[in-house]
Amino acid sequence: MALDAVRSAPAATAGTAFAFRLAWLPGAAALLFIVGVVGLALSGLAAESDAAGVIAALTDGYVLRVAMFTIVQAALSTAFALALALSFARAAARRPDWRPLQWAMRLGGLAFVTPVIIGVFGVVEIHGVTGWLNAGARALGGSGFGAYIYGLPGILIAHIFFNMPFAARNFDRALAGVAPESWRLAAQLGMSPGQVFRLIEWPALASVFLPTAAIVFALCFTSFAVVAVLGGGPRATILEVAIYQALRFEFDIGRAVGLAFVQILLAAALTGPLLLLARSRAEATSFRGHRERPDVQGGWTYAGDIGGIALFILAVALPMLGIVLPAAGALSPERLADPTLWRAAGWSLTISVAAGGIAFSLGLGLALTMREFWPRAGMRRAAAALEAVGAIILVAPPLLIGAGLFLAMRNRVDLFASAPLLVIAVNSLSSLPFVVRLLGPELARAAERDDRLAASLGLAGAERWRLIDWPAIRRPAATALAIAIAMAAGDLGVIALFGSPETTTLPLLIYQRMGAYRMDDAAVGIMVLIALSLLVFIAAEALVGGIDRQRNRSGRRHA
Amino acid sequence: MRILLTFLAILMVTPLSAKTLTVYTYDSFVSDWGPGPKLKTAFEEQCDCTVEFVGLEDAVAILGRLRFEGGSTKADVVLGLDTNLVAEAKATGLFATHDADLAALSVPRGWTDDTFVPFDFGYFAFIYDETKLKTPPASLKALIEGDQTVIVQDPRSSSPGLGLMLWMKSVFGEEADAAWEKLAPRIVTVTNGWSEAYGLFLKGEADMVLSYTTSPAYHMVAENETKYRAAPFAEGHYMQIEVAAVMAGAAEPELARDFLRFLISEDAQSILPTTQWMFPVRDVGEAVPDAFSTLVKVDKPLLFTSDEVKEGRAGWVDEWRDALSR
Repeated sequence: MALDAVRSAPAATAGTAFAFRLAWLPGAAALLFIVGVVGLALSGLAAESDAAGVIAALTDGYVLRVAMFTIVQAALSTAFALALALSFARAAARRPDWRPLQWAMRLGGLAFVTPVIIGVFGVVEIHGVTGWLNAGARALGGSGFGAYIYGLPGILIAHIFFNMPFAARNFDRALAGVAPESWRLAAQLGMSPGQVFRLIEWPALASVFLPTAAIVFALCFTSFAVVAVLGGGPRATILEVAIYQALRFEFDIGRAVGLAFVQILLAAALTGPLLLLARSRAEATSFRGHRERPDVQGGWTYAGDIGGIALFILAVALPMLGIVLPAAGALSPERLADPTLWRAAGWSLTISVAAGGIAFSLGLGLALTMREFWPRAGMRRAAAALEAVGAIILVAPPLLIGAGLFLAMRNRVDLFASAPLLVIAVNSLSSLPFVVRLLGPELARAAERDDRLAASLGLAGAERWRLIDWPAIRRPAATALAIAIAMAAGDLGVIALFGSPETTTLPLLIYQRMGAYRMDDAAVGIMVLIALSLLVFIAAEALVGGIDRQRNRSGRRHA
Repeated sequence: MRILLTFLAILMVTPLSAKTLTVYTYDSFVSDWGPGPKLKTAFEEQCDCTVEFVGLEDAVAILGRLRFEGGSTKADVVLGLDTNLVAEAKATGLFATHDADLAALSVPRGWTDDTFVPFDFGYFAFIYDETKLKTPPASLKALIEGDQTVIVQDPRSSSPGLGLMLWMKSVFGEEADAAWEKLAPRIVTVTNGWSEAYGLFLKGEADMVLSYTTSPAYHMVAENETKYRAAPFAEGHYMQIEVAAVMAGAAEPELARDFLRFLISEDAQSILPTTQWMFPVRDVGEAVPDAFSTLVKVDKPLLFTSDEVKEGRAGWVDEWRDALSR
């Protein structure tokens, strides 16, 4: 009734219709950029391939073995990460007031944004042959656990470190969405822990389980830095590392293209469908208060919870300590005076700010158009397709795109001069899925809340953006920008391919120093990278988020 | 503000007045304890230039990188490839002739190449800690059949890695892949470069590491440590002669050639034994430390010709890789 009156107001309708036409623009622009870069890369790969070469690649025993290992390690990593995340998330949901749990969650959030090369350094520090665990075992009189870090075990440990917190957070949010009435009912019915899991927890988790598994699988499938450092030889290598080696060491273009072909094929077949299912809807508000839970008591549950939390802390906190302690210990005036270090820091800052900024713009563009498409019945698939395109990097990983760009441009452009631009372009695609994932629900939530207000005020387009949308999403946008820049700063992928001594970034410097077994020098690089990431975070949140201003101006505090 | 601008202007102009020679080499060459710093100082004294050593991964990776960079490479001189790669390197067309006088050099088996200049040589050997490993293997066959853990390098990026692969090939021939398969379970890790492998070995990660017969000399002279030994193998040891060359696209070709001449001069050759820990290619008398005479003597040096390696390398690397990934 009242709503119909609002909806039928002519000025409002005209305004919103015009806005809808305009709303195509940001998404289209973003799409153009993404398709342009990826298309150029694919054309480069296609130009160098021929049917015979591709068939040779598909029947090469080595390529098939590498493909098999890529799948196996990704599947195992996903299984372990999700299992541990599940046990932790259930424990966290059961006991929301436990301090250790909150600390663990926060630590987990840090682990996810830790640059990969730094995380790997920490894992090596703990699990390496002369690492803490082995040294501790030997100190206790044993013979140590040996060199288990190289190969599959090390890869799994590193993947769990990076991905388990992400999955745990998703599961925790899902469990928090269970209505308190359900818990009360369960308590009244006296459900056992098994029944609680089957009837209440699992249905809540089911909707996030597959998308989370898909993302973790995709990340582990294309995990360059982890496997490059911890693989330990031809036995444990993944397609992306093999592409890098084929181009940089052997300069075997045919093999690189063959590997890239298999990579795209597998990724599209395995992760593509799963990602299309992982849509980011506006999330339901979650009730975070105290709940009556029938399964909180009980010795086994208690022990299980402690176990889940302990494992989480071991998997996540130990490597963190393994990063911070050696890094702090390696600081010295001579090492800090090294000009190579600061040149790399300068390049890291330049490339990451540019790439992060582009990623943010692309993500915002996609999210804005998605928001317009979702409510309209016929456009849902288009919206889902947009989000999938935003996640293209999970199907065509950075090194594959880098290889393609190299092949496409190598005879036309001075690769040295354009290397930073190529790195920026590819890195912007790397953090895009996360920007979309962050901004999409926020914009959708703001739309749900403010659409009618905007319509009733006759606000549309740029005015609506300025007065309603931007203030509403400013804080999460700042976080998204900060994460995009931080992820680009910590990236070790394309820079390994294109990096030259003049354009080295901090992650590449750290990787090279670890490769020359100059661990203390690497640790200094880590400190500088951590400092840079923190700086970026604070700057983005302050400049874009405008925290103080927001508190003073509006009465509401946006969560 | 004006002062700042003037200062910046001076900063920008200064490097331009001196010529820069960019030398691509591997990372251990440019480390603080390697030959790089001393050679840089010595050469800069006699030329009016700045030497910039660029440390890349390991030797074989340098060649891959040059092909990757193609004509737009910034390198003027490449230092650290070895004879195994000479034919392949020449085939890229990226190198220029050196025009240097090699009469004073004494390289095992002589030297007649017009593009590459040898600057040191050595023999590969497995190094072990004699306090931890009491009975090292006495031959390559014994190592394959034994139970020691080893760290080796990747033949696709590292010249010792390539050397070991060729060593196995020259000893085992057609049976090389079976030999690699036997060794594979005891390989702790395959590193991209020599530095990482040696560093891991020193930290105690494996019983033996592939390095040079001269590696123990470093520990004897610099650290007064005699527990590291090279294991002499009955079949002979594969030899490595390291070479340098001028790039065809060098910005200052004459300066680059001067650098090569400097590299084989007595000054440079005297620096090498106690920084590079390899044998010099000319007689430098006292510059070779006494410790070198206590090293394992190689009666049977093994070496493929450069053309043989060019023909076979790709296939042999595939064989290596398949054997290790099974």
